[in-house]
Amino acid sequence: MLWRIEVGEKNGFYDAIGQGVKKDIIDLGFKDKIKSVHAVQVYILEGDISENDVVNICENLLIDPITQKYDHKSNVFDEKKYKVVEVTYNPGVMDPVEESAKKAIYDLGIKKVRRVKTARKYLIEGKLSYRDIHSIAEKILYNKVIQHTVKPGSQVLQNVPPYKFSLRQVKMLGTTDVKLKKISKDGQLFLNLEEMRSIKNYFKKLGRNPTDCELETIAQTWSEHCKHKTFRGLIEFEGKIIKNLLKSTIMKVTKELNKPWCISVFKDNAGIIRFDEKNNICFKVETHNHPSALEPYGGAGTGIGGVIRDPMGTGLGAKPIINTDVFCFGLPEQPYNKLPKNALHPKRIMKGVVAGVRDYGNRMGIPTSNGAVCFDENFVGNPLVFCGNVGIMPKNKSFKKVNSGDFIVVVGGRTGRDGIHGATFSSGELTHETHEELGSAVQIGNPIQEKKMADTLLQARDKNLYSALTDCGAGGLSSAVGEMAEELGAEVHLEKVPLKYKGLRYDEIWISEAQERMVLSVDPKKTDDLIELFERENVEATVIGKFLDSGKLKLFYEGNIVCNIDMKFLHNGDPEVTRKAVWKKLKFPEPKIGFSKDLTADLTGLMANLNIASKEWIIRQYDHEVQGGSVLKPLQGVNGGGPGDACITRPIMNSKKGVVLGCGINTDYGKIDPYWMAASVIDEALRQIVSVGADISKAAILDNFCWGNTNKPDRLGSLVMASQACYDIAKIYGVPFISGKDSLNNEYSVGKKTISIPPTLLISCIAVMDDITRAVSMDAKKCGNGIYLVGLTQDELGGSQYYKMKGYVGNNTPKVDAKYGKILMKTLTGAINKKLVRSCHDCSEGGMAVALAEMAFAGGLGMSIHLGSYQPTKKQMLLKNHIMLFSESNTRFVVEVEDENNFEHAMTGVPIWKVGYIRNDKAFKIFDHEERLIVDTTIEALKTAWQSPFKNL
Amino acid sequence: MKPRVIVIRTAGTNCDKETAFAFRAAGADTELVHINELVRGEKDISHYQILAIPGGFTYGDDIASGKILANELRYNMWDRLQKFIKDGKLIIGICNGFQILVKAGLLPNLSGDFKTIEATLTLNDSNKFEDRWVYLKRPAKKMSANSRCVWIRGIEGVIQLPVAHGEGKFIPRDKKVLDCLKRNGLIALEYVDESGKRSGYPHNPNGSTENIAGICDNTGRIFGLMPHPERHINIYQNPAWTRNCKDPGVKADGFAIFANGVNFAKKICN
Repeated sequence: MLWRIEVGEKNGFYDAIGQGVKKDIIDLGFKDKIKSVHAVQVYILEGDISENDVVNICENLLIDPITQKYDHKSNVFDEKKYKVVEVTYNPGVMDPVEESAKKAIYDLGIKKVRRVKTARKYLIEGKLSYRDIHSIAEKILYNKVIQHTVKPGSQVLQNVPPYKFSLRQVKMLGTTDVKLKKISKDGQLFLNLEEMRSIKNYFKKLGRNPTDCELETIAQTWSEHCKHKTFRGLIEFEGKIIKNLLKSTIMKVTKELNKPWCISVFKDNAGIIRFDEKNNICFKVETHNHPSALEPYGGAGTGIGGVIRDPMGTGLGAKPIINTDVFCFGLPEQPYNKLPKNALHPKRIMKGVVAGVRDYGNRMGIPTSNGAVCFDENFVGNPLVFCGNVGIMPKNKSFKKVNSGDFIVVVGGRTGRDGIHGATFSSGELTHETHEELGSAVQIGNPIQEKKMADTLLQARDKNLYSALTDCGAGGLSSAVGEMAEELGAEVHLEKVPLKYKGLRYDEIWISEAQERMVLSVDPKKTDDLIELFERENVEATVIGKFLDSGKLKLFYEGNIVCNIDMKFLHNGDPEVTRKAVWKKLKFPEPKIGFSKDLTADLTGLMANLNIASKEWIIRQYDHEVQGGSVLKPLQGVNGGGPGDACITRPIMNSKKGVVLGCGINTDYGKIDPYWMAASVIDEALRQIVSVGADISKAAILDNFCWGNTNKPDRLGSLVMASQACYDIAKIYGVPFISGKDSLNNEYSVGKKTISIPPTLLISCIAVMDDITRAVSMDAKKCGNGIYLVGLTQDELGGSQYYKMKGYVGNNTPKVDAKYGKILMKTLTGAINKKLVRSCHDCSEGGMAVALAEMAFAGGLGMSIHLGSYQPTKKQMLLKNHIMLFSESNTRFVVEVEDENNFEHAMTGVPIWKVGYIRNDKAFKIFDHEERLIVDTTIEALKTAWQSPFKNL
Repeated sequence: MKPRVIVIRTAGTNCDKETAFAFRAAGADTELVHINELVRGEKDISHYQILAIPGGFTYGDDIASGKILANELRYNMWDRLQKFIKDGKLIIGICNGFQILVKAGLLPNLSGDFKTIEATLTLNDSNKFEDRWVYLKRPAKKMSANSRCVWIRGIEGVIQLPVAHGEGKFIPRDKKVLDCLKRNGLIALEYVDESGKRSGYPHNPNGSTENIAGICDNTGRIFGLMPHPERHINIYQNPAWTRNCKDPGVKADGFAIFANGVNFAKKICN
């Protein structure tokens, strides 16, 4: 029996969801047409239950008796004056509410409900045509990748047909190259011809065709996403062959620096460094760009969910303690009629991504404390979503070992058809057709499933119930088991894998990327204890096979062998491809900007620049206080009114040790010069942690390269340049890379037109701080205190936000002199440790003037700045006012000082310059070298401008 | 003897460890116990003097925040909880824990039947989750009778705690319930501005009726609040600690709540 229940707000109670939708509809341009919106929650129950049971379920579970009403026989509202849109999930997409609802109904003593589905109905009132409604529904109310609209009342539960085994082989032997290419394309394998030929040859030797499952396993293992073919392959650049770009740049820094506190780097799911005598910490940052482009909420949620499983799957498992997130979006004001075909609007992507990270991260109980957001028109079809996670583990739990004879145990969520082909799909370009073709690659997360699994895993770890684990990420079981068994071999019985619903083929079970699953290697003697422990916390743990020292990957379904290949071929059989790379610097028109008497409007304009403006709207939606360890928060100063540089977290509450996180990213410099872009973002990440009091000699960094299609030589050339900068700059700074990830093919094509993202490198920095009580925030503290600029300003406005605001790109990007930078940063750290610095803020986008303004309004105090006190070095010309204020030269800080003599003494040998002082009122004034007043405003006006872009989202 | 605190957790609980830490700092012994262990009878709440339901998103807050665990308490634990309360013991629900106590009918429990639902905590007016520091104080005397909540004894003036929730808007069932809360001194804390005056958003972060942030029952021993006292037990958690260099030995605003609970429980122990 099927029951349909509608729940809505009683008269007189505020319908927050309906109001939110109404606001979005107004944003779409229907201000004059829309009158009201009501949201109705719909539940569909299937089971042998009486009407009394249904009434009981409604009154005691589904409604809030104070604010809501229900109807189990017809509509809860009279729908006469409304147009109605009802949205529900597509078959096969997980409905996160189903599991909890079933449990709760069971708790009521009603045991015969088999299935629960949900839907949401929107009642829209206004002078809107059906075309308007259709457009609103598509743009705001549902995403066809995971949802569909249903005719109200017509909805029935769809039954998935059961699966009957039949082995499927792919005819490869004796086929032509043309056919091989077609097999790759039709199967969404994203394998190139040479790779297809290698596979063909391998099976020729075996004397048979591959099964679909074998081909899928190889495609996924060899995907760019898993294998990093570009970074690890051969590259021909400027007449030389680079053998392995990763090993010859990024990893080389770490090897040469050989820091004793680097415990495990570039090996496990996350890089591990020492924290204190008893604990290590690990850090991983991933991207989830393509899923977020198609389904922002699910894509970003599973992005953070996936990266949390990385520290959980590092060593023997770490406890997740901090999340980070960095986003790059298209312009929020992009006109709808100029959107590339089938691309979602940047504003919708932004709102969905933020909500996805929020709902997953918050439910996991992990503070999201550090991040950044950048905007550029070229991210329109292909946003970037970087998610990071830090974990902490006892130091004797930092390594894993898979033993022959161990059981393969899958724990956590069940396997469904969600997320098929994610690994291969993220290795290709997005096109306007991707939405239809690869909808199944998008996943919806269930954070509570992951939370339960994490809680139980840590208990199992501490009871030594398993000897190795890894997460099911891209490639699902195929990837997890394949990696764990690389040195041995494995045998898996696919019919044993617990499924969400019937009807999955054996190959789908194997490659499904259903979320919230991990794979453990368990001594058979400990298996019963392990399963019991998981059961106690309502988490499934199931033996699905065995690790064996056979060198083979063997898969069975109901006793039939469906895959039998050599581990060696799987992991090392891919052909070495030489890719060509070229690099030619682009020349942009050089702007001529003359003397301006008044730069107030320029500064105010910059404060409201999207890349500089306040991200409070996002930050506050994340719980950054949970776990109680937050020492320096993302928003700092009076009532959290200013942007902090780095965050500090104390993972052990009664210890003074802290974890410091910062990040560097710039989406403008890379258009001009990827080398100096990479150098600049490393410098920025280090500046951030130095600003709060951390020491770069205790810092490590992570790289995340997001590039266009690197099969195109110019894109690959710029990747080579950026990688070389990573080596050069990190080596001199003495900061090792401990982990990284690349996401190539970030392009969006419609027909022959392709939009490539600007080359973007995110550098995430993690440092251990011995004494958090020495931390410094960025907000101005006390009137009368001196303001210093630490570091040299050059004419380096190329790629700056100032030029961008004026409509230029320019050419002279900021450079980095790391030898000098290292001395400067170490000296400043010394002064901060001596408590000679009251506040410190790093100069980045918008230059010194923006940093000063942020420092001033964060502290609620005005400033007077006199450029005339600047003594240029002999080599330097006197710089123009706009260069002094807005140039984004690296390795610079603005610093507030009370004890000026001791500060200047402590900073001996480093260029510092007293630029002004903190006022006792709210005025913000800048005088040039001839004492002319060039900026005359107040901190309120600057703050209002800074808060304006994202205030009313 | 140290008072014993049971901190209940289940799928989605996420402030259990810091809540237990705060109770230990205040001088109690603590134990984290999964609801399954209670329902199955492996653990017995009568062994403890304080029951704490910490923050989080139990069962994902699916259907409505706190609803599913509230029902587990209502349908599986009702007798034991009623006895626990009648024995003169203490309960605190923080954030999700507050939602659970209200939706289980344990707060404000004006009817005295431990069952009738007399209020709710629902979606913030802003329709989104928000993390921000708020100012709180006991209600002014002319607004409401002096609070009988034992957990906030000695707290004078304005205190600061963080809130982090999407469903914290307190709504009493009707005017009768609201009047009763005021008349009986059951409103423990209300959202105010820096100077201690009632004010609108964002000082009242969720649109709660009469700025209500926390309430207690008639005994004063059962207390629920949306803000997180466990996130402000030392000054390094305060967002402005780098501005005002207070003596690090001073306990921060949230600590007093745990100390009050533990001190009261000591009397029951003896």
